[in-house]
Amino acid sequence: MNARALNLLGLGLVAIFGVAFMILTPRLVELDVVLELTIYVIMAILALSLALIWGYGGILCFGQSAFFGLGAYTYAIAMFNIGESTVPLLLAILLPAAFAALLGYFMFYGRISDVYLGVITLTVTLILFNSVNSTAGPEFHIGVARLGGFNGIPGIPPLNYPGNKSAVIDLEGMFYLSTGALLATYFGLRLLLASRFGRIIVGIRENERRAELLGYDPRAYKLASFMIGGALAGLAGCLFANWGNFVSPTIFGLAQSAQIIIWVIVGGRGTLVGPIVGCIGIQWLSTALGANQPSGSLWWTKILANAPLILGIILVSFVLLVPKGLVPTLADFGQWLLRLRKHRMATTLKPKQAEEG
Amino acid sequence: MTAPLLQTRDLSMHFGGVKAVRNVNFTLAEGELRCLIGPNGAGKSTFFKMLTGQLEPSHGQVLFRGHDISRAHAHEIARLGIGIKTQVPSVFDGLNVRENIWLAASRIHPRARVDAVVDEMLERLGLTGVAKRLVGQLAHGQRQWVELGIVLSTNPDLILLDEPAAGMTHEEVNKTAELVREINRSKALIVVEHDMQFIRMIAKQVTVFNQGSVLVEDAVENILRNPLVRDIYLGKQAAA
Repeated sequence: MNARALNLLGLGLVAIFGVAFMILTPRLVELDVVLELTIYVIMAILALSLALIWGYGGILCFGQSAFFGLGAYTYAIAMFNIGESTVPLLLAILLPAAFAALLGYFMFYGRISDVYLGVITLTVTLILFNSVNSTAGPEFHIGVARLGGFNGIPGIPPLNYPGNKSAVIDLEGMFYLSTGALLATYFGLRLLLASRFGRIIVGIRENERRAELLGYDPRAYKLASFMIGGALAGLAGCLFANWGNFVSPTIFGLAQSAQIIIWVIVGGRGTLVGPIVGCIGIQWLSTALGANQPSGSLWWTKILANAPLILGIILVSFVLLVPKGLVPTLADFGQWLLRLRKHRMATTLKPKQAEEG
Repeated sequence: MTAPLLQTRDLSMHFGGVKAVRNVNFTLAEGELRCLIGPNGAGKSTFFKMLTGQLEPSHGQVLFRGHDISRAHAHEIARLGIGIKTQVPSVFDGLNVRENIWLAASRIHPRARVDAVVDEMLERLGLTGVAKRLVGQLAHGQRQWVELGIVLSTNPDLILLDEPAAGMTHEEVNKTAELVREINRSKALIVVEHDMQFIRMIAKQVTVFNQGSVLVEDAVENILRNPLVRDIYLGKQAAA
């Protein structure tokens, strides 16, 4: 089977599995599970945003949660002021993209090196965290929306069907919307990466100087992919604010920023399915471990209940033992199996041929 | 009189107190093939970096068809029509040979034509058989060919080759010399090379760099006879 056929097969499988998951889940499981799955799916969109800019664009951004948080806050604030969700949804995508454009312009056109890029994006996130954190007083408001400091903004009105304020999207609808958005993001990114633009950003990741000497301006391409990443994180943030009807500054916190990177590392850089798998797997594990309250005095139950510890061990094991991440390693293993089979077939054929000869 | 293809005026590059290139006045005519020789550290690679916008000159000018490009970005200079094959092959190691050539060709060709152009280039360089291999896994000589293919695919008017024959087998060197002569039918080239055998095969006019400046510029046969050049550079090689 050639690469093109494998590619199409992969796309087909993702499409079938994705659509089946979207349609069947609410029919097969209880509403609380659907709610849980909705948040996984929303976070998977966030994981994809970093999969694009880091996995394919080579830009290690520690501040993807800045765009995520901005999307959530933008939606919340716009929603309280406007009341109908079409414009707030668009703003929650456009504002983080514009912020990414501004930040990216100074980073890429200022020729900041990769390490400093990580430091700057992380710092920006923490500045946002501290700034929003100190907006507790009633004097901090945008229009009628109070920012609320560390307590955040509760009671955010949910999304409605476009143009009809009273037709609110319910919990099940949120699941369909989020899963639909994830699938659209996935296939949209696949298209983008297959395009000339996508191939050029991968080229720039591989060898920026060479791309430049061929006549491509790496700064412009990096800025464009950074903006797309910012827009996607904003979309995820908007859905997140909807999911819990609540947003607080912890969304900008260090833990949140680190998590996104862990999802991509575990799932595999340079793939799109990988970060989705990493994101959903790790969230599921965190929830499972968190629910596992230590019972009795057995020492290992206490360790198992310590979610950050287990996640830390997983991260370190992946970096050391499976540096490429889950999905690329499985793909390598699959190819190895295929080669092994070919080899076996070739060796079993030989004696026969000898007899015939 | 039309402007020369490339001209430098008092071109200099200082790194701290070190003067890597000083006051180089260099002229290249349209369609010319020039060889650049000189001992290690003579400033040849630094000179190339200034021509391609990878380094901004400390002072002096680079004129390409009369336009000052001394302060232009590398990608702008590439778009004006200067291509470079660097000393250590600069290629996209994580991509396959075909994708490497594709990236270069798609800068100047419309999408519909790129694939055909890429096929042609792969065939021309004898890389069709390894088109699907990752460039990072190829032998050194083949990576040199891939880089040459990349440079040729953007169809520049001036091609800079920094030691194109380095690390190649005898057979590959002959093939490279033949290719350089073929390229020279339609394009100007500047070739930095240490291999005198190779230079004899391709050169007409040679410029000798020493300690950052131009020592002498002459026809290849005169350069090979020049006692000064022998002294500083060819000494051991010519005696051998």
